[in-house]
Amino acid sequence: MSWKLFELLVQASLYTVLISFASITIGLAIGTAVSGAMLSPSRLLSIPGRAFVSFFRGAPLLVQLLLIYNLLPALGLNVPSIVAAITGLSLCTAAYQAENLRGGFQSVPRGLLEAADMAGLSALQQFRRIRAPIAFRLAFPSLVNEAIMILKASSLVSVVGIVELTRMAQDLAASTYRPIELFAAAGFLYLMINWLIALGGSLFERSFRAGRP
Amino acid sequence: MNFDTGLILASLPEIMHAFSVTMLMWVAGVIGATVLGFLVAVARRYGPRLPRHLLRVFVEVIRGTPFLIQLFLLYYGGPFIGLSLDPVPAGLLGLTIYGAAYFSEIFRGGFEAVPPGHVEAAECLGLNRQQTIRRILIPEMTMLVLPASVNMAIILLKETAVLSIITVPELTLVISAIGSQQYAFVESLFLLALFYWGLVEISGKLGRAAEARLSRFRLALA
Repeated sequence: MSWKLFELLVQASLYTVLISFASITIGLAIGTAVSGAMLSPSRLLSIPGRAFVSFFRGAPLLVQLLLIYNLLPALGLNVPSIVAAITGLSLCTAAYQAENLRGGFQSVPRGLLEAADMAGLSALQQFRRIRAPIAFRLAFPSLVNEAIMILKASSLVSVVGIVELTRMAQDLAASTYRPIELFAAAGFLYLMINWLIALGGSLFERSFRAGRP
Repeated sequence: MNFDTGLILASLPEIMHAFSVTMLMWVAGVIGATVLGFLVAVARRYGPRLPRHLLRVFVEVIRGTPFLIQLFLLYYGGPFIGLSLDPVPAGLLGLTIYGAAYFSEIFRGGFEAVPPGHVEAAECLGLNRQQTIRRILIPEMTMLVLPASVNMAIILLKETAVLSIITVPELTLVISAIGSQQYAFVESLFLLALFYWGLVEISGKLGRAAEARLSRFRLALA
């Protein structure tokens, strides 16, 4: 395989990273809101929250992507396919992240919140200073895992015509008749990116563990 | 909404066939992946050094790359090394290999989690190696790996949808085709998503019921 082809794959992998990063970030925001809804004492919030998580974790991502890709135009939203792809990935990862964060929020020690109450912290202050930092720290390893899952899952957006790493490998394999080299090279790039995510995750984890027993 | 029930009924045989393909891929894929994954876990625990390292690399590569890339490599790359497979066997083989990598990790964890004291106790009681494996290791491991295995089986069910991309005539492929013929793509995909969701929920419930039964057994042991 020529160097030129590999360069094209590397360029396409930047697109893969971009899509995954956008989806993880948006998914984290939605996931936080959904985890809050799930933990809410009001059924009006907790039932829709749980339904959201159950549906997006229960249906195959490919079906979700096809659905959203076709649903948005049917609703009169003519968005570029990249927006549909990121929407689909974000909603799916939001469901998984909501579940992780729910676990995180539930493990915040009750005593800390009581102490915060006694110290006169408002609900918002308690969330910002106590609940959120502890929950996110606890959920962080799962978040790194989820980032790796989404990076791999982003290969599915190739079916809605987005030329990311998988689609680029597919197009090049079709035009050069060299599928083995191209798909192996694409797989290698996915491995490398995953390795970087895992490395970054463990470094980051160590940094916020620093100075703790 | 232009959902024509008459047309849906007309394509019912096709849908039923696609359903049977999905179920076949899922059940056969889970069985294949469990068996292969168990063999990989055993080889990684008891095998010689070289195969152990090679298997570790194999597991890492499969777990670190997208399923779709693996399928493309197998389906489009296979013919170049004399492995020309039709979509169904290619899909089944792909699903088996993919699942086996994850199952091997589950079993590896299971082997490690069986307390060594239990094995030693079995030896003290005069059980031979085979009895120890059959009566102690395997039952204890089954309990330990059941939740993760059920989870993995559910993931594999969802991955069968990806097989539509290499034209395995399973539900996602057939329903999308029918949906676009009838200009009811969104509605059919929504029903399809609901169908998978229902199957996932049922499987999860069955899995939890099985866990409950086995944990009763565990209490009796303790």
